[in-house]
Amino acid sequence: MYEFFFVLIPRYFPFLLEGAVVTLELSFLSMAFGLVLGMAVALGRLSGRKWLEWPLAAYVEIWRDVPLIVQLLVIYFTLPSIGLTLPAFWAGVLGLGLNLAAYLSEVFRAAILSIDPGQRAAGLSIGMSRLMIFYRITLPLALRIAIPTVGGYFIALLKDSSLVSFISVNELLRNGTIVISNTFRNMEVYMMVAIIYFVMSFVASLLVRHIEQRLTPRHLRRKQRGSKALAARPAVMP
Amino acid sequence: MSARILTTEAPAPGITAEPVPAKPLLQVRALHKSFGGVNVLRGVDLTVNPGEVSFVIGPSGGGKSTLIRCINFLETPNAGEITFDGRLLCREEGNVFKMEPERVLRAARSEMPMVFQHFNLFSHRTVLENVIEGPVMVKRWPRDEAIAHAEKLLAEVGLADKADRYPDELSGGQKQRVAIARALAMRPKLILFDEPTSALDPELVSGILDTIRALAEQGMTLIIVSHEMGFARRLADVVHFIADGTIVESGPPARIFDNPDNPRLATFIRSILH
Repeated sequence: MYEFFFVLIPRYFPFLLEGAVVTLELSFLSMAFGLVLGMAVALGRLSGRKWLEWPLAAYVEIWRDVPLIVQLLVIYFTLPSIGLTLPAFWAGVLGLGLNLAAYLSEVFRAAILSIDPGQRAAGLSIGMSRLMIFYRITLPLALRIAIPTVGGYFIALLKDSSLVSFISVNELLRNGTIVISNTFRNMEVYMMVAIIYFVMSFVASLLVRHIEQRLTPRHLRRKQRGSKALAARPAVMP
Repeated sequence: MSARILTTEAPAPGITAEPVPAKPLLQVRALHKSFGGVNVLRGVDLTVNPGEVSFVIGPSGGGKSTLIRCINFLETPNAGEITFDGRLLCREEGNVFKMEPERVLRAARSEMPMVFQHFNLFSHRTVLENVIEGPVMVKRWPRDEAIAHAEKLLAEVGLADKADRYPDELSGGQKQRVAIARALAMRPKLILFDEPTSALDPELVSGILDTIRALAEQGMTLIIVSHEMGFARRLADVVHFIADGTIVESGPPARIFDNPDNPRLATFIRSILH
């Protein structure tokens, strides 16, 4: 016990935190990439252009049907043989981002399809252009619908990013593994790693809830607050 | 409703009330539209003069809504000619149907906004934001000017106190009045109404009809698809009876409702009076 708190933690915790920072960088960069690509793919699939629709559908299907770890290994180890060598970190961002985009494109597509076509018609009827309708009407409405799901994917991504330890990115899990190979204290180190993942994911879920609230119009927020107050009541009758 | 709803420019003082033979504001010729092989419009001709209130009536599925949605190109016609405010928006050249570029159609649309059956207010924007969206984004007016105009319009439809509310917080009648304010905010030359009272609770209908009547009385040009026959009879300058994709009969309300000489029209009028 003494050794854990006064030797192991001071010596290795900073190293684990360094890994956690890399995990965050990986997650935010792949998220940004996945969001932009996912929306582009969703729009492409809804464009009504057949030559665009089927390759995109194939991309989504393939990327969702192959395990993420296999995708990462292919990007890192196989692409160099056709002359595409990426540093491990960027291979990780590309792999995580491409995978996430495949899923997010479906979330966005469903969100856009669920918007009442009358919203678009109203935009057209006052002379708005298609682009204007997209960023003034479709996008905000679709985001509001998609945000809770996208937030869930972000939290999953924070944890799935540990898979890139397999392609030698020095993120949290890999740094933990390194510490274990030096100390043979796998129980304590894995606990530390788990706690750091937990804290990051927990903060992320709070952040997602905050964004969700911000995107909800005032009058609906009130209702949600009411229902939360209800849920927060003690389960035991007084 | 005595409020003055139209705030477009008043006629210049020098101009007398002498009726000039007006050029039609809207002229539709031989308009065709089909959906997947079904001919919904089969050669519709329609002329609307400035300041005129036209009602389009007829049985369900006869093409009423399709007609006004084709007029502002929410639906793309398949053939025919539409002239709006002196601009030819689509035409036949030889056997080829040609439409003006999207930019021209957009400009035309912004001058003939539509009020929908289901209101179609932007659900993520407040009442005020709904009304200024067109002026600010499409017409590129300064925001504060658009807000001042919108507030005036909202006051005129009796919703000044709802400016910061969201559409979800309003009744159907209030939503429809916001939709009318949103159309008016474009300073339109023509307003298209697509069954504006069909989705309303019965007790809210008369409020909307009063608002529409106020527009008509101030000289706004209106095309109204409606099932409110009593309203049409009182307000219409011209009533068009459309069935099976063509305008079967057009004329002043007295003739259409009281002396229908076309048997289809006579049957329709009899069926709705009971």
